[in-house]
Amino acid sequence: MNNLILQNLDFVVFLVLLAVGYFAGRAVESSHYRSIRRRERQLSGILMFATKFPPSIQARQSTALVSGSVVISSDYFKLFVASLRKLFGGRFRVYETLLDRARREAVLRMKREALRLGGHAVFNVKFETFNVTMGARGGIAAVEVLAYGTALIEPKK
Amino acid sequence: MLVSNLEIVPGKRIAKHLGMVQGSTVRAKHVGRDIMAGFKNIVGGELKGYTELLQETRAEATKRMVDQAQAIGANAVLNVRYSTTSIAQGAAEILAYGTAVVLE
Repeated sequence: MNNLILQNLDFVVFLVLLAVGYFAGRAVESSHYRSIRRRERQLSGILMFATKFPPSIQARQSTALVSGSVVISSDYFKLFVASLRKLFGGRFRVYETLLDRARREAVLRMKREALRLGGHAVFNVKFETFNVTMGARGGIAAVEVLAYGTALIEPKK
Repeated sequence: MLVSNLEIVPGKRIAKHLGMVQGSTVRAKHVGRDIMAGFKNIVGGELKGYTELLQETRAEATKRMVDQAQAIGANAVLNVRYSTTSIAQGAAEILAYGTAVVLE
């Protein structure tokens, strides 16, 4: 039995990583989603627009560039599923949730900065997605999402 | 120095356009961060070291853009954009650009 494990050590390590990736990855993802939903409710008062020109602008308001960014890594299980997916094509559901989490997190951080500065609306919001994946073996698979825009800040009373 | 990605500034008129200014920087991670990221890659989740690295890089690019704007006598940079490129394994270039203007 011991011999068998030693002979197939590579495969055993792979299975362990896969299991760890699956369970830990799922736990991390669902706790992240819970936190995202909670903070989205908290920050729902801060509006976000893709338009460049605010509908009504007052001379007393000031502006500031606000941004939020996050780098989120894929887990081992997702990587494996994606590598199988590549054979058949189609929807990469495992990566869709990864990008969704990154984008929502970046938006939340941008809104938090706007709130900190006293803003209640962010205009001309732009997204930028950057693949941080490095190296084929022993590298990492991660994505950075940046969200930025201009916060309209109400004058202090 | 006012930095914004709108083309207008509330209550202010643009007196003079001074053309485009830009700032860019290339940064790479250090080995320690990469080893930690390798572990994190098994379970997934945020790579804080990388988030911070890219934020610092972006702040540096913005600072260089603002310095350039200051040097030509601007007091605001409008319509700012960011662009990120991976130029080599482990190295990223971040570019910030915008229009330098003089506000009244």
